[in-house]
Amino acid sequence: MEEVQKLTREDFQTAGPVKWCAGCGSYSILAAVQNALPQIGVPKEKIVFVSGIGCSSRFPYYMKTYGFHTLHGRGAAIASGLKSARPDLNVWLATGDGDSMAIGGNHFIHLIRRNIDINVLVFNNKIYGLTKGQYSPTTPYGSITKSSPDGTIENPFKPGELVIGAEGNFFARVIDKEPRNLEKTLIAANAHKGASIVEVLQNCVIFNDKIHESIIGKEVRDENVVMLEHGKPMIFGKERDKGLVLDGADLKVVKIGENGITEKDILVHDMTTKNPSIHYLLAKMTYPLAIGVIRSVDDATYETKLQEQVDTAVANTKIKTVDQLLHSGQIFDIK
Amino acid sequence: MSDKQKKIVELEEVVIKFAGDSGDGMQLTGTQFSDASASFGNELLTFPDYPAEIRAPQGTVAGVSGFQVHIGAKEVQTPGDLADVLIAMNPAALKTNMKWVKPGATIIVDVDSFDQKHCEKAGYDYDPLQSSDLDDYTVIKAPITSLSRSTVSDLNLGIDVKTADKTRNQFVMGMLIWLFNRNMKVEEEFIEKKFAKKPALIAPNVAVLHAGYNYADTLEAIATQFYVKPVAGKKGSFRQITGNTATAWGLMAGAEKAGLKLFLGSYPITPASDILHELCKHKHLGVKTFQAEDEIAGICTAIGASFGGNLGVTSTSGPGLALKTEAAGLAVITELPLVIVDVQRGGPSTGLPTKTEQSDLLQAIHGRHGESPMPVIAASTPGNCFNYAYEACKIAVEHMTPVILLTDGYLANGTELWEIPNYEAMPKIVPPFVKDNDPEYQPYKRDAEKLNRRWALPGQKGLEHRIGGLEKSDVYGDVSHDPMNHQVMTNYRAEKVQRIANYIPQQEIIGSQNGGELLVIGWGGTFGALNMAVKEMREEGYDVSLAHFNYIFPLPKNTEDVLKKFKKRVVCELNLGQFADYLRTQYPQYPYEQYNKVQGLPFFISELKEKFKQLLAK
Repeated sequence: MEEVQKLTREDFQTAGPVKWCAGCGSYSILAAVQNALPQIGVPKEKIVFVSGIGCSSRFPYYMKTYGFHTLHGRGAAIASGLKSARPDLNVWLATGDGDSMAIGGNHFIHLIRRNIDINVLVFNNKIYGLTKGQYSPTTPYGSITKSSPDGTIENPFKPGELVIGAEGNFFARVIDKEPRNLEKTLIAANAHKGASIVEVLQNCVIFNDKIHESIIGKEVRDENVVMLEHGKPMIFGKERDKGLVLDGADLKVVKIGENGITEKDILVHDMTTKNPSIHYLLAKMTYPLAIGVIRSVDDATYETKLQEQVDTAVANTKIKTVDQLLHSGQIFDIK
Repeated sequence: MSDKQKKIVELEEVVIKFAGDSGDGMQLTGTQFSDASASFGNELLTFPDYPAEIRAPQGTVAGVSGFQVHIGAKEVQTPGDLADVLIAMNPAALKTNMKWVKPGATIIVDVDSFDQKHCEKAGYDYDPLQSSDLDDYTVIKAPITSLSRSTVSDLNLGIDVKTADKTRNQFVMGMLIWLFNRNMKVEEEFIEKKFAKKPALIAPNVAVLHAGYNYADTLEAIATQFYVKPVAGKKGSFRQITGNTATAWGLMAGAEKAGLKLFLGSYPITPASDILHELCKHKHLGVKTFQAEDEIAGICTAIGASFGGNLGVTSTSGPGLALKTEAAGLAVITELPLVIVDVQRGGPSTGLPTKTEQSDLLQAIHGRHGESPMPVIAASTPGNCFNYAYEACKIAVEHMTPVILLTDGYLANGTELWEIPNYEAMPKIVPPFVKDNDPEYQPYKRDAEKLNRRWALPGQKGLEHRIGGLEKSDVYGDVSHDPMNHQVMTNYRAEKVQRIANYIPQQEIIGSQNGGELLVIGWGGTFGALNMAVKEMREEGYDVSLAHFNYIFPLPKNTEDVLKKFKKRVVCELNLGQFADYLRTQYPQYPYEQYNKVQGLPFFISELKEKFKQLLAK
């Protein structure tokens, strides 16, 4: 086993300036990634950051690893090719709500469906930042933006629904300004084998400032957010007096201590169950908003299965070179 | 043996067309006959002609599938203009192919299928066999269906009629063996091999094969047998290969010689899909294939693989190439090796998906945003798809650039008897790798001669770097919006591709080396027809020569020398004049005549000769 050098956050910081707007949520994501990577035990040269286009996608330029800033929406496809060709690499994809769910929607769902072991960070600020303020596929219905002066008339995607609908095995939702939770979730996403999608609720100070504030603002957060922990009951509230129960095919908020409800009645989070029904409800739920790892299920990955097919074929063939192939099968020897 | 007088006519070459419903097994019979001819030592070239519909309504003109085989005792380079022998399994097959047979040709029909119903389905309001339509031909009205059925039923194997009908093509084969004096044993072995996994079908097929032979042998109507001699002096190891298979093998050879793993990212599209089908069978040589969710992901996964140090390849046809252009630009600016194979078909849009054309040329040369130079090369025979696929890999890897390889539907599906190349002797391919921790490494530091950058792979220690679609600073590869830097980098990318001309062969002239009256100019898949037309005319005493281009962009360095030696130049291509227009921009000092055809069909030798004679007479 190769000895892994002890890495620190500084090992991942590039020399040049970081060029996001002051106050952009991307800074805290970058810091969390640079804090998390020394903890995952992967040599630096094995780590690759791929991205598409958009504010989020400048990410690789700020990471002192191998990096590839690609095309709008196509980061998922390029990362898929890279990881399939080189299963030994540790591949991350930085993308945004527009990059992954509008122009790159097709590649995003197929990366998930194939279960390629890539850690995908979806910077969800619910707006197009780099093109200066048009609505995105996650912009709330009715929002007034530069391209919807009379309000959007499109229903937004919830990334988690899309991930689960595409047979996804890992989905987490985190908040940009909660660095410790962010870091912990990144480590969990990396540990999960297969496509791991992390939706980061990110603030765009310029075009969509405080978009998440009504839910996750300091004053209201504890009442509006349930922090999920595997094996723990789904309890929330400033007084930790509320919880979730299953009501038919839906989730319902109940108050502990009312109507005979005790902590024991509250649903316990199981992120590893194969059946995605409750994960789907959690991903969809807006009150309270579920934060943390919603789903983490193990399954064989695409690149491993592909490599196994290749290795098996290589081990069992008599034709080991192209020259041998050229002389195999039906040959007409004319003398 | 019958005691009738048999006349054996020796032929230099013969063209046989097999035609029937797309489910009739005509492609198989054609392949079987060409295998037999190959083992006999004939030259050959085949060309399938299949409908876009998988199983169009039976018996209709839309559902006719054909397979043409040209065999010869001498050089054969086209599937033949017109057929000497037509096998028509039903009235629709006869109707669609009458215009492709020579006057006086032998036409074998399955007379059982010429009932009123089938004639009407084919659009005849009369029975063509009873009409004057066929007066100028030798028609053999064979009861193929009924004799095949009775032969099978006599075996008492309990085989149903539907299965018995699938042996009809062996009846045809039996007749051809007699007609062309071929060896029965070879065909029996073919059947045994073909049905090795369904042994119950061997006996009925062999029985029907003999029935067909015996029928032809006893029939008074066939007075003539043909004989096509083996090619004199032909020696070596040969195999039949289609252009698509040759392309796939050439790619594998290129990757292997470069010491790289081959990665194909591809989305199925006619007529390129067989490259994907072929490569996915060769995981045993370390090949990985990735059937992508769309054309864009096809090229993007290949680019990702190339970034990771594999040789990334994507295969497609014209519409797919259009979808890939943005990503092709990324490969240009990131200067990664990549091979894009475009198997051209009739366009625009869905166009004629199963037919051949050369109309993607300007798309290949110019069809990208920005100043985006990319080398373009073209194969010209089914077999040399291997060589040009190999060459595409060599250029891509050694010059660090995406390369477009153009083939077409005609090359892709046509087969030729191909001499197996000397693999050892093929040129080396040397990737410009970097050693771990090389303190001198910079992402955009260039080789002084080729101007390529070097290829540092993720996983290598001490070479971490970022590339991407944004313009990068010269040498260092940081994001740069500096005006002069963009000028410098744009110039480098253009010059790098131009310098590939220093590494490719000179353009050859077939014919008058010192120049002459007429230079025929072609490129890509039309080589066979152009070469034969020029050759025949030279034998007839005309001063005609051929310059057939495989290297399109950049052009060979001596191109101007070649052009200027001739009084007239005619550019022949299966489009409206794209290569002619390209030459006009490169060498505007010369006038260019054109001969163009866009019918989804290859050139015929006869029409080319007619055009050349007109030009010489002017």
